[in-house]
Amino acid sequence: MFETYDIIVVGAGHSGCEAAAAAANMGSKTLLITMNMTNMAQMSCNPAMGGIAKGQIVREIDALGGYSAIVTDHTRIQFRMLNKSKGPAMWSPRAQSDRMLFSMKWREMLEATPNLDFWQDTVVDLMVKDSRVTGVKTAMGQEISAKAVILTNGTFLNGIIHIGKKQFGGGRIGEKASKGLTEHLVKLGFEARRMKTGTPVRVDGRSLNFARLDEQKGDENPQRFSFTDTPNITRQRSCYIAYTNTIVHDTLRTGFLDSPMFTGRIEGIGPRYCPSIEDKIDRFSDKNSHQLFVEPEGWNTNEYYLNGFSSSLPDYVQFAALRKIPGFESAKIFRPGYAIEYDYFPPMQLKFTLETKLIGHLYFAGQINGTTGYEEAGAQGIIAGMNAHLKLNEKPEFILKRSDAYIGVLIDDLITKGVDEPYRMFTSRAEYRILLRQDNADVRLTPMSHAVGLADDERLNRVLRKQETISKLRTFLKKESIAPDDINSYLATIGSAPLSQKVKLENLILRPEISFDEFTKQAPALQNYLATHVNDHHAEVVESAEILIKYDNYIQKEQEIAAKISRLEDIRLHDDFDYHKLKSLSWEAREKLSKIRPGTIGQASRISGVNPSDISVLIVYLGR
Amino acid sequence: MDTNDTICALATPAGVGAIAMIRLSGPESFGIIDQIFEPRSGSPVSLAAGYTLHLGNLTGDEGVIDEVMVSVFRQPHSYTGDDAIEISCHGSPYIQQKIIELLISRGARMATAGEFTMRAFINGKFDLAQAEAVADLIASGSKYAHDLALDQMRGGFSDKIKQLRQELLDFASLVELELDFAEEDVEFADRTKIGKTLDGLETEIETLLKSFQVGNVLKNGIPVAIIGKPNVGKSTLLNTILQEEKAIVSDIPGTTRDSIEDTIIIEGIAFRFIDTAGLRPSMDVIENIGIERTLQRIKEASIILFIFDAASTAEEVQEVLEEHRHLIEDPSKRIILIGNKIDLLIEMPKGFKDLVELETIFISAKRKENINLISDSLLRSVNTQQLADTTIVSNARHYEALSKSLQAIGDIRKGFDSNIPSDLVAIDIRKALHHLGTITGQITTDEILGNIFGKFCIGK
Repeated sequence: MFETYDIIVVGAGHSGCEAAAAAANMGSKTLLITMNMTNMAQMSCNPAMGGIAKGQIVREIDALGGYSAIVTDHTRIQFRMLNKSKGPAMWSPRAQSDRMLFSMKWREMLEATPNLDFWQDTVVDLMVKDSRVTGVKTAMGQEISAKAVILTNGTFLNGIIHIGKKQFGGGRIGEKASKGLTEHLVKLGFEARRMKTGTPVRVDGRSLNFARLDEQKGDENPQRFSFTDTPNITRQRSCYIAYTNTIVHDTLRTGFLDSPMFTGRIEGIGPRYCPSIEDKIDRFSDKNSHQLFVEPEGWNTNEYYLNGFSSSLPDYVQFAALRKIPGFESAKIFRPGYAIEYDYFPPMQLKFTLETKLIGHLYFAGQINGTTGYEEAGAQGIIAGMNAHLKLNEKPEFILKRSDAYIGVLIDDLITKGVDEPYRMFTSRAEYRILLRQDNADVRLTPMSHAVGLADDERLNRVLRKQETISKLRTFLKKESIAPDDINSYLATIGSAPLSQKVKLENLILRPEISFDEFTKQAPALQNYLATHVNDHHAEVVESAEILIKYDNYIQKEQEIAAKISRLEDIRLHDDFDYHKLKSLSWEAREKLSKIRPGTIGQASRISGVNPSDISVLIVYLGR
Repeated sequence: MDTNDTICALATPAGVGAIAMIRLSGPESFGIIDQIFEPRSGSPVSLAAGYTLHLGNLTGDEGVIDEVMVSVFRQPHSYTGDDAIEISCHGSPYIQQKIIELLISRGARMATAGEFTMRAFINGKFDLAQAEAVADLIASGSKYAHDLALDQMRGGFSDKIKQLRQELLDFASLVELELDFAEEDVEFADRTKIGKTLDGLETEIETLLKSFQVGNVLKNGIPVAIIGKPNVGKSTLLNTILQEEKAIVSDIPGTTRDSIEDTIIIEGIAFRFIDTAGLRPSMDVIENIGIERTLQRIKEASIILFIFDAASTAEEVQEVLEEHRHLIEDPSKRIILIGNKIDLLIEMPKGFKDLVELETIFISAKRKENINLISDSLLRSVNTQQLADTTIVSNARHYEALSKSLQAIGDIRKGFDSNIPSDLVAIDIRKALHHLGTITGQITTDEILGNIFGKFCIGK
């Protein structure tokens, strides 16, 4: 019934979908197996993509040639650029999506992808020969051969859902868990552990009193996630903000005795940054109110997601507490919140390519690696998909460095430090935050992806054109001057120091208080230049040019540090290097290095317990 | 680990000597020496040819430090293969320290143990066969330097640094909180408070830097504890050593002369002897406080003279050593066994070597026999890697870290004053944390995030 595939992707969540798309687009015969074809790329948690640090990742996935940004642009119902008051490194796109359209658009795009087949089934075992994966076995008894397998099982492996004292198997509410695969993987020698995450109640919008909530509208000039020409939105739906109070908290406390968290029935570790509401009022008991976000689930539904109210308390307690929230007095609920426990595989068992160290051509991506978030999952998916294809074709690995992308930070953190709670990206995890901006993701990554055969010519040409336009604009701003008489009255209105002689336009744009767009209106020469020379993607070009001028100093500083460090990053360490032989390494370093087997000196230097002197010893041994 | 910046270190053994030599190597060597060296010839050293020698004054912010000879090495014809300068100065520890501080303040970095040799290796000056020796040198040197550096930081200094670092960490968390969690309803730091925190940090680091300029260890000497059972001759030994060396009992200004301490300079190296004569269990409260202090002193010691009665058998000695196992296994301490009262023995004891792996010296404190062997052994501790460089090096390293933190804090302030977005200011905050972290241990972003999660209610 099945031919031998190049690559089988197990699971069609955000990670599996990106992996399948990347592998198939690069030319591998790919099969995507999912337990339920009507639930592909499901947003199990809130119906939103992006946000701080995560928005940058979505832009990076897009720059590499992934689909997440395109799907988001097509299906969003609201867009906001967060952190606009901070520096450019912090600007983060975020969109609410229509949950159902999102899933449908993904499926539509995948079905339009060449080389990609689908099969609805549950994978229960792997076929392995001589430490290399050769295919999968399914619950329906199929044995399907493949040269590489990518596992993206999400929260489905031995998933258990908790609501108060009730507990039952499931990968998401209403969906079966996947059983058997973990045990087979453990038998092969993999280490598995448990994690926990949670999700809040979904409420019926018809029962809410929106007048008592604060409205949060989308941006007036919404931008797009994708660097390609996706449609912009013309209408948007609002989110709303609600607040808990002490009565809500007291009501929640009545359920603590039945909480699976507090009574120890949940063993998995949950994330500190995304605590359940009961956790918040327990740990921060002096805080009398917590903010909740009421997020619409789509254009054509009244379902709302109550972000911030994640809970595994008994459903009747959740319900009683909910009704104490101002605006929710007569709220009805569609589904209760729940906690879910699932198996993950500590990611120190992986290489930079996300291939497992133990079994050749077997890759893990997404929540199975202990991460959380659609964006983090999608990012791992695309990297695993690309590398699975590249390895089959005996091409060099595709590895992003910490100075290249948040995706590089993500994977390096995972495989070097492991995880002790579900891993989410924060901008503070990146050393080179100023370099890893959302506006330049295409400049950073599209050429790299094009070079290995994923991003297509059109994408590349677009980036090259954009870069050229920016550089010409910068040259113009460096050459063109403006006289005091022409600008001083404007400078006075914004409280900027007046000019005493002619200066170059660039020197004015450098001033933090001057915005490029506002300034353009005052400078006819610039207006004229933009009209004649910057035709496509005007806003994008201006944004990038302004950032490059205003923050030049900082960008250069970080580039220098990154260049210095990259000397070490590029020194490769061999898989079979015998660290125990090197008696001059500290004992702890020998142990840790033997266990983690870092791919480069740079990675080794980030392992806790490996000191600078150990790194010097390694450099010396490697002979510079 | 940077392999391409400019490093400096004392190349001659630590202590008082006629002449000392300080080495500077790396791309900025000439840039740095030109800023501080006024050659008699009037022509800057950066224009001089390799393998030439120049006389002149070395000048810091407070005037001339010393008249020195500067040797010029042009890459690749130097020990490391990089551009290099060797400064020959007068041998006072004070001058050595001052010069190293000056080099650091002008952009050099204190070399880590074995780093000159490592660079020589990286630049192809050695072949691979020598790699192992170099690696060993780096490993043992830095381990020791680190242990000792920490040891030397007692007396409130390390606590202070830890506290400063925690303040900075809290500060970093506040700034990062605003960046990563802008969408959450947490309260963000107001700018006046930020200014105050920076003021506090600056003042404290400045004070530390001032008090630090001539290292405490340099003044106070390498701590040596004498321990052993009652009546084995601890006090007699101390008095004997004091008498033998009495011509040069310390008169360095600022030396803390505790009733139970005596500082002696042997061949230019200061040793601070800690007498533990009163060490016995007591019910007396006052005496117990004294014992407590003495125990603390022993913990601080770099060298321990462990005295026993030479008439004891190896097994008996072993037994007593067991009681002090925590000291013996402490890698930062050097233990020397002293068998006293050989004057009462008919023949010298045997078999110690087989049972006790520590260096053992047999003496008679009373008849002043073999006391010179103790002095030799103490000096050996200093000159054979074990304690080499540590006095000046560790001080200079801390000095470097502190001044760089101060500089970064200045940049943070400038950033906030000119209203630069906080993600950009965060670059300097990380820098300051990094430098303080080099004293107390590494800082990671996980630490900042942990701090944020612990203190603020985050999460939708």
